[in-house]
Amino acid sequence: MTALTEPPKESFRLSMLIYDTRYRSMTIQVVALIGFMLVAAWLINNTIVNLNALGKPVEFGFFTEPASYDINQKLIEYDNQDSHMRASFVGLLNTLLVAVLGCATATIVGVLVGVLRLSSNWLVSRIMAVYVEMFRNVPVLLWIVLAMAILIESLPRPSAFRGDEPDATMKVFDSVALTNRGVYIPEPLFTRSLGNIHLFGDSALRFDISIDLIVFLLILGGSIYAARRITAWANATQERTGERPRIWHINLAVLFLPTIALLAALGFHLGYPSLQGFNFQGGIHMRNSLIALWLALSLYTAAFIAEIVRGGILAISGGQTEAAAALGLRPRRITSLVVLPQALRVIIPPLISHYLNLTKNSSLAIAVGYMDITGTLGGITMNQTGRELECVLLLMLVYLTISLIISAVMNVYNNRVKLVER
Amino acid sequence: MNKSVFLGALTVAGLAAGAAAAATLDDIKARGNLNCGVNTGLVGFAAPDANGNWQGFDVAVCRAVAAAVLGDPQAVEFTPLTGKTRFTALASGEVDMLSRNTTWTLTRDVDLKNTFVGVNYYDGQGFIVPKELGVTSAKELAGATVCIQTGTTTELNLAEFFRVNNMDYEPVPIETNAEAQQQYLAGACDTYTTDASGLAATRASFENPGDHVILPEIISKEPLGPLVRHGDEEWSDIVRWTLNALIAAEELGVTSANVAEMASEPTNNPEINRMLGTEGNLGEMLGLDADWAVNAISAGGNYGELFEKHIGENTPIGLARGLNAQWTDGGLLYAPPFR
Ligand SMILES: N[C@@H](CCC(=O)N[C@@H](CS)C(=O)NCC(=O)O)C(=O)O
Repeated sequence: MTALTEPPKESFRLSMLIYDTRYRSMTIQVVALIGFMLVAAWLINNTIVNLNALGKPVEFGFFTEPASYDINQKLIEYDNQDSHMRASFVGLLNTLLVAVLGCATATIVGVLVGVLRLSSNWLVSRIMAVYVEMFRNVPVLLWIVLAMAILIESLPRPSAFRGDEPDATMKVFDSVALTNRGVYIPEPLFTRSLGNIHLFGDSALRFDISIDLIVFLLILGGSIYAARRITAWANATQERTGERPRIWHINLAVLFLPTIALLAALGFHLGYPSLQGFNFQGGIHMRNSLIALWLALSLYTAAFIAEIVRGGILAISGGQTEAAAALGLRPRRITSLVVLPQALRVIIPPLISHYLNLTKNSSLAIAVGYMDITGTLGGITMNQTGRELECVLLLMLVYLTISLIISAVMNVYNNRVKLVER
Repeated sequence: MNKSVFLGALTVAGLAAGAAAAATLDDIKARGNLNCGVNTGLVGFAAPDANGNWQGFDVAVCRAVAAAVLGDPQAVEFTPLTGKTRFTALASGEVDMLSRNTTWTLTRDVDLKNTFVGVNYYDGQGFIVPKELGVTSAKELAGATVCIQTGTTTELNLAEFFRVNNMDYEPVPIETNAEAQQQYLAGACDTYTTDASGLAATRASFENPGDHVILPEIISKEPLGPLVRHGDEEWSDIVRWTLNALIAAEELGVTSANVAEMASEPTNNPEINRMLGTEGNLGEMLGLDADWAVNAISAGGNYGELFEKHIGENTPIGLARGLNAQWTDGGLLYAPPFR
């Protein structure tokens, strides 16, 4: 009898998956997921079947074949007998180079413009507004092509530097040549170089790192660390005794003497470009394509960053600025101590996405013949081997990886500056 | 037989047919026009004229095929393709055929799964330099900056030529002929290299063609011809024999002026009769009308007429027949028999 008084224990019925609100949403999601996976599987299967029917099954063997084409800008040594993989690596480094240069320049210009746009000087803020609107509202491809056209058409050709009465001369004490094939600047050379570290042996990813550079950076890092310790010591002394020891000359010496000594020991000197044959030789050659791409990408992205910076600053209420002023802080210190630290937490998340945009926009490089990864792997390699699918997949993987790394790094930074709420 | 295996095989076959498009001819007839891939603009070979009509030696091949298949030389949709995009466009079915200064190589034929149907211009790679540079041989180009179109055989030949001759150079990769021309004229490169015919055509469009010389070295063989994708032999046969008809017509003395008359009744040359369809059933074998070759030849003329009209010695491009003369005149053009 007792069993009857107990509420009947509901057993699970299949129809509950649809009619019971507790399960329904789950059911819909599972069905949608299965549907999605079926469509994806069909697409993949269709692709593979069709490629096989065309006689072009998916395979990556071509990647180790000799590339047979030359690349002008190479940060690592490469010649046309190296593999497609090596060529892609050269392209990848070129992508990273322009991305890093571009992000750095865009940030500097963007912050400057964003701050100046809030300037109380009418003319300055108007000019900045015009800049932002101009760059934001024209596709970046046009800026890239325009920059390239200007460089090619307006600068002198190398042959103009020839002769007794040349039409063009080198700038900055005869050390920089501006030509329509690019800019040549002096390069650092060492007579007693320590050589290179060879990484990855003979593989396609082999890579040389200059020991000179490592030592230089180590010593510079050490100097900076020492200088900071000295400053900390000076601060502590000031706290204790009320008197600040004079340290600027010690700091100066600590910062510069070791590096200067190192450079002297390595026999540092500059190699200047000089006209030989058809072109300038020696020095560092910054090609038109690099400069055009770098300039256009960074000015374009800077316009967006400027708006983010402006928005971030405006987000800090005016009361704080006034309060800081009332405490007697000077305007510059108000900006650096009160406004910017708070504005940063608004600025950084959208900044990440603009870094990502810049990096991805750099794939427009081929418009000016800059050999980035899209130009090598996604361009010549793809065309000469006919492996469209494989190349595009690899290319997507590469961009995805770069983007994820940028996001990860920036997120770490974001976590450090974001407001800690108490 | 297991039913599901059969059904599976059926789907696979259906899907495969979707992409490889086995019946190109039927598609073209249903569509009512031919999709032809040409270059982005190289006067003499393929370029739109003032009225937007595509003109040129490569364009004429497309028109002849359209005339043979559809009876209308105007029923062509032209797709301008760069060196880089052409093979993808063909493989994906965006165009039915390519007639775009394309060199016949083993890799392109075998590995890239194309079918070259013949050669409409025997060419080789050359260099153009400004006269004032004072260069007279390609061997003097060590250290030069060289403009090249990417995605071409040119690029590979160039790398090989400089490597074999132990010379350095600075390649400037460029997408289209127009951009290459701009960079070359601005002096951003010392020399521009591509097929010699392309150089002649490019030079003809310069303001002062006389200020530029084409160097004597020809560093490669570039047999240029129309191509289709692998997998549809009926279609490749049609394009191949249309080209052959143009070449044979010149050899046999059939021109756009006399083709209608010759086709009206059998002549006393049986090969002409077979080609023009007054005898035999060659057209039927190809899946075309009996007058397919008549239409192809009336579209713009035979090979010789097309050559003279678009790139011959009386045009600004001014190319001599050279290797592209009929075999009877000491050239390489030799159409197989129409039998
Ligand atoms: N024959 C070579 C080169 C073909 C090529 O790109 N030719 C140039 C000049 S001859 C051209 O047609 N350019 C026109 C364009 O830019 O579309 C190949 O097949 O790779």
